[in-house]
Amino acid sequence: MADATADQAETQSGPMLAADGTPLKRSLARSLRMQRIRALMLVAPLLIFVLLTFLSPIFDMLFRAVENRIVGDTLPRTVEVLKDWDPETSDVPPEAAFQALYYDLFLAAEAKKHTRLGTRLNYEDPGISSLFRSSGRSLDDLGEDHIEAIEDTAKQDWREGAFWYALLGGDAGEPVVESARSQFVALEGETPRGPVGVVWCGLRNVVGAPCPPSLSRMPLNFGLSNDAMAMLPTTSLQYAAFGVFTVLEDGEALQEEDPWEAVYVAMAQDLAAPDAAAKVAAYTGPGAAELQAAQQAIAALPPISFRDGFAEIDEDWLDPTVWRSIKAYSPKYTPGYFLNAVDLEMGPDGVQARPESQQIYVMLFKRTLIMSMAITISCIMLGYPVAWLLSNLPDRKANMLMILVLLPFWTSLLVRTSAWKVMLQQQGVINDTLVWLGIVSDTNRLVMINNQFGTIVAMTHILLPFMILPLYSVMKGIPPSYLRAAKSLGANNWTAFWRVYFPQSVPGIGAGSILVFILAIGYYITPELVGGTTGTFISNRIAYHISSSLNWGLAAALGSILLVAVLVLYWAYDRIVGIDNVKLGG
Amino acid sequence: MTFKKIGALAACTALVAPAAFAQDMADDMTLVSWGGAYQDSQKKAYADPYAANNSDVTIVWDESSAEAVAKLRAQNEAGNITWDLVDVVAADAIRLCDEGLAMEIDPDEDLAEAPDGTSAEDDFGDLLVSDCFIPQIVYSTTFGYRTDMVPEGVEPPSDICDVFDLETYPGKRALEKRPINNMEWALLCDGVAKDEIYDVLETPEGQEQALAKLDTIKDDVIWWSAGADTPQLLADGEVFLGSTYNGRLFSAIEEQDQPIGMMWDAQVFDLDGWIIPAGLPEDRLARVKDFVMYATDTQRLADQAAYISYGPARKSSAPLVGKHAELGIEMGPHMPTAPENAENIFVYNYDFWADYRDDIDQKFQAWLAK
Repeated sequence: MADATADQAETQSGPMLAADGTPLKRSLARSLRMQRIRALMLVAPLLIFVLLTFLSPIFDMLFRAVENRIVGDTLPRTVEVLKDWDPETSDVPPEAAFQALYYDLFLAAEAKKHTRLGTRLNYEDPGISSLFRSSGRSLDDLGEDHIEAIEDTAKQDWREGAFWYALLGGDAGEPVVESARSQFVALEGETPRGPVGVVWCGLRNVVGAPCPPSLSRMPLNFGLSNDAMAMLPTTSLQYAAFGVFTVLEDGEALQEEDPWEAVYVAMAQDLAAPDAAAKVAAYTGPGAAELQAAQQAIAALPPISFRDGFAEIDEDWLDPTVWRSIKAYSPKYTPGYFLNAVDLEMGPDGVQARPESQQIYVMLFKRTLIMSMAITISCIMLGYPVAWLLSNLPDRKANMLMILVLLPFWTSLLVRTSAWKVMLQQQGVINDTLVWLGIVSDTNRLVMINNQFGTIVAMTHILLPFMILPLYSVMKGIPPSYLRAAKSLGANNWTAFWRVYFPQSVPGIGAGSILVFILAIGYYITPELVGGTTGTFISNRIAYHISSSLNWGLAAALGSILLVAVLVLYWAYDRIVGIDNVKLGG
Repeated sequence: MTFKKIGALAACTALVAPAAFAQDMADDMTLVSWGGAYQDSQKKAYADPYAANNSDVTIVWDESSAEAVAKLRAQNEAGNITWDLVDVVAADAIRLCDEGLAMEIDPDEDLAEAPDGTSAEDDFGDLLVSDCFIPQIVYSTTFGYRTDMVPEGVEPPSDICDVFDLETYPGKRALEKRPINNMEWALLCDGVAKDEIYDVLETPEGQEQALAKLDTIKDDVIWWSAGADTPQLLADGEVFLGSTYNGRLFSAIEEQDQPIGMMWDAQVFDLDGWIIPAGLPEDRLARVKDFVMYATDTQRLADQAAYISYGPARKSSAPLVGKHAELGIEMGPHMPTAPENAENIFVYNYDFWADYRDDIDQKFQAWLAK
């Protein structure tokens, strides 16, 4: 209206002005904007609260369904080498892959992160878990002869951290050191994961208890020498990795530490290179004599074979399946969990169905939906007459009845579920009564629990108040005079109910059904206790993967699918019934 | 409470100088255990005596062991470890160690020697199944049966294969709703030699074979998921026999006088013990180490056996096991490790189940749902 008048005024005699001289249109827009901002400020605390404490953790959890950084973070060089390897071949990857795996796994084992990767890959390929665990333990033994050969040339010197630092350390080599650092930081998984972590550290900063200093900014206080990098490239690289670990993880100075085996192995590799003898002979810096002696000792030995070394640790490393799993799960994001959640898997020719003996989730999703619907329907059947009675009895009696409805609502869920066990089991109250009455024989007692029937009965009972309460509040608002009017106009009882009363109570049924159905679909504890094998829900598997198998990725995928299913049903419900027709209160 | 705090504060201030040489230890300690009779036995055997010796220490119990692995992982990701010592089964300890959530321990440094000077490492022996695990007890999963439901003229069940014999021993059975133990028993009764079971179970055919054997009794099985289910089902007469932890059966038989008998054949040994969460601050770690040193010594582990029928994890504790604290019966014969009970035993294969648990569990669940 205001706009229309303003426009009119504009066409007639220029812009209309407010009291302070600004055009009325702008002034109005500003005051409206102020109003909106004020409204937003009022909602802001709640909005931020819900965002921080509810939505972001859920998002963070569901994000795990696709997140898969662990393989690339733990074995970066191996993943790089495997890019050129064709997983279709029946051969294991070349020596370079074993070599990369050795250095990656060595660092991971020192940081105690290799077993976590093993657990991750075990989800896809059973058996990898212990392969990684045992390999991490025996990795120190790989290249043992070479390590000893180097050490034997000059035990005093090679065991000295200062000697090593004089040989390899210096002021140069920053890019190498920093890349070693970023590998270590990725391995530690230190970067806060997801939005929650960022916000959390921000909050801690505000209250004066900041998150621990970032590994990527702590000073390292060492560098590499240019000579050594040219002469012993692999050794320098491994020395940098060792240095980063020593400073950041152990909090020691690199100059005082005798390096770990991987640095010796790297040196044995460098010294065995074809032009190593010439390079070492030309070298005149610190430790030149010792290096020459070591070079001669290494030259006398056969070169290190990482492939054989790994085969000696465990024959399974010569099985291409292990390598295929590493390659298949090396990208940062994976559809693997979602495929698993719908009984599919990644096969050699793309997505394929899992073997029938492992198919379970689709069936569980279907069962959850069907049983939730059955529970909703039985809640309507039982709740509708009760709600009708409640809303039509005199207040005193209605209040009494209401307490009876609410009483179980206030009783612990576990108590109610256990009570159903006592009622329904084969030696339980109902069976005993039936046997006593002679309706069933003692040997043929009814099986009413640890199956779907038990779940439906117990859950209908538990969820019934959620149906009765909205129904009651809607029915309370239907004037009794409508029914009387219908009857006085000649309708019989049924017609009056069906044509006049029932349509007005539909919003209550809608509200109750949505409540009961959505609660039922995510129910966990009751199906677990009384569901036996045929009455359990998808939520029981989600709980298993969260708390027992620790496969949170799969749990997140299953949870996402459940969430989407509920949203789709809600949308369909809105299209068919119309969400405006739902009433929680009169 | 306030007074106590002020008192403690005053005492601290007064003792600053002499206490400076001692390691700083936290005064609060949160122990996580299973609740129920087991937690009580820990409380009586070592937590209460420890608190009596160290009056400034407050011990808080948390009954979260069943969800310990998931909760520890969540605490670790949030960067806020609120637990100091967690009681878990060995398989979970291995998982926590693998995930880097539990601290590695050095048995000879962190645990007490046996009274005769044997090192802790030798005293615990093979039971140190993980670098992070401090064993407390050996328990077993075994069978109990209703003595009054044994058919007339038939010997009570004494062989694991009686579980699969529906003709001689009709009636429902209670088995745990997971593949572990059930698959081994099935294969054993399907003619697989004991030392080949895990080799067979590693193959898809072996898994099929075990499930096929379980299929023969599937209609007569009630699957349990909580350790208290089987004693309850037995007490109600819902099942004729069922598997559960031996301590639960002991209390049903001896403490509640139920007509239940033990069938020890092919019982599966498993371990339960402590882990220390990784990443504890120094003062809390010092306190926990002090407690662990005390709580896992020879006498304390033997004391625990007076409250619950689980075998102490130390070899040196075995001769010290005495009578039940309240019932006054000898505990020795009720231990899963007693020679007459341990004639035919299985030892939980940690490595195998760490590798195959998820895979076989999926197959098992699919089979259950069929």
